[in-house]
Amino acid sequence: MISNLPGAAGLRQFGKYAQLLYQALRASTEISTYRKNLFQEFVKVGYESIPIIFLVGIFTGAVLTLQTAYQLDTDIYPSTIIGSIVAQSIVIELAAVISALVLAGKVGARISTELGTMRVSEQIDALESMGFNSVSFLVVPRILAGLLMFPILYTTAAVFGILGGITAGALDGILPAAEFLEGARAFFFESDIIFGYIKSIVFGFVITSIACYKGYYAFGGAEGVGTATTQATVLSCIFVLLADFALAAILL
Amino acid sequence: MIEIKNLTKSFGDLIVWRDVSFDIQDGETTAVIGRSGCGKSVLMKHLNALLYPDEGNVLIDGKCVFELSYSELRKVRQRFGILFQGGALFDSISTFENVAFPLRYFTEQIEDEITHNVNEALSMVNLQEAGNKSTSELSGGMRKRVGLARAIILKPDYLLYDEPTSGLDPKTSDEINELIVNMADSLDITSVVITHDMHSVLEVSDKVAFLDEQKLSWFGKTEDMKHSDNQNLLEFISASEYQINSKTA
Ligand SMILES: Nc1ncnc2c1ncn2[C@@H]1O[C@H](COP(=O)(O)OP(=O)(O)OP(=O)(O)O)[C@@H](O)[C@H]1O
Ligand SMILES: [Mg+2]
Repeated sequence: MISNLPGAAGLRQFGKYAQLLYQALRASTEISTYRKNLFQEFVKVGYESIPIIFLVGIFTGAVLTLQTAYQLDTDIYPSTIIGSIVAQSIVIELAAVISALVLAGKVGARISTELGTMRVSEQIDALESMGFNSVSFLVVPRILAGLLMFPILYTTAAVFGILGGITAGALDGILPAAEFLEGARAFFFESDIIFGYIKSIVFGFVITSIACYKGYYAFGGAEGVGTATTQATVLSCIFVLLADFALAAILL
Repeated sequence: MIEIKNLTKSFGDLIVWRDVSFDIQDGETTAVIGRSGCGKSVLMKHLNALLYPDEGNVLIDGKCVFELSYSELRKVRQRFGILFQGGALFDSISTFENVAFPLRYFTEQIEDEITHNVNEALSMVNLQEAGNKSTSELSGGMRKRVGLARAIILKPDYLLYDEPTSGLDPKTSDEINELIVNMADSLDITSVVITHDMHSVLEVSDKVAFLDEQKLSWFGKTEDMKHSDNQNLLEFISASEYQINSKTA
């Protein structure tokens, strides 16, 4: 039977996922239902992630600078090229992707655990039975927060990544800050930043929507919530990487 | 009146029950009994379309709930108050806010009215003092009573109780049973009580629906239960009576 083929389960899941997204899209007009939750999610997804994203940025930039210097022979190339490579790699790729992988753990796991617990303890049934649209109340604000907050987190990661690169370059005596910036400016394209923002929005969507889907349809007690969260985190990471590749293939 | 007509439900390969039919008359209290896992909670969730059946209908005052548009369904759902098995309290907000929750979203009441109504509901379940506690500080019995206060806050026509007394001590159980009877009488509410507590069944219910072997095995008046020729039902009753007797012995 078709339903027994290996891909069928995945396809069914995707159908259910798409259906939830469609419901969320329709429910997104009920702003009064989720306004309060939306602001809470801005804080939880955005504000509370800034410390970890700050660290991710600083260390990514610093390590990248040290390693680029090690890989390149600056007797042949001008040292400014280190600034170019580091800044561009951060803006195009690393600030968005490394942040996303970290946030799949932080934001995605939190969302799927929260919704999963609400599902298995019948809180979602309780909401629905009072006449709430639970998708509007729970799913819409979380996905919206992902779409709106990830670009801000990406900006944070990129800015602190470059600062980390400058600092590491200067402290390690690889190149002075001025040369780093000169190199960074020489290969600065606005389109790179736009590319980074597109990535971050896509990743924000992938992570929050998968987490909502897994949590919203969790079943089977505490164990079920654990399974949902593990699956949400793993799937988010896989789809972040796939989306990253797809965007590079399409947009570059 | 709620008419349950030829309802069949399965999850994947698991058939929960098939062809379940019975009526719930206005003003009556119906007990749904059966072993753990026989699908009592699942049946309850069909009454306001939290779950959809494979086949069959649920008619409320003649209208099929599964065919309603979402906005119509909402109105029907608001005629139900539900006490979920574990209370289903929202753990991100306080006890008071849990009870106030439906009022804040679905009425235009001002703060004073809300406070008054919430306190009234909490005192109906003997929990006047618990309002400002966080839900994690509540005991199992308190959670159920808060859940009940929340269920009655919008003055529903139907009250559904999912195992209101399970896991409670006998005295608190009796209080809850009294409460169920009081609600039915004083607020003129039609109730469905899911339970495996026979004592509770005898205290509160007019009719009994017994789910067994993936079907509605017996349905009738509570007082006729003991004279039925349904062997499984008699066993179910005597097992519970044995429990009651051995507890008191
Ligand atoms: N969402 C679901 N997905 C899959 N199976 C489910 C789901 N909900 C319930 N079931 C299954 O349906 C059956 C009936 O469950 P239900 O919760 O109605 O039992 P119950 O009679 O209320 O038992 P208890 O007295 O223990 O509460 C169980 O086997 C359960 O595992
Ligand atoms: Mg149950």
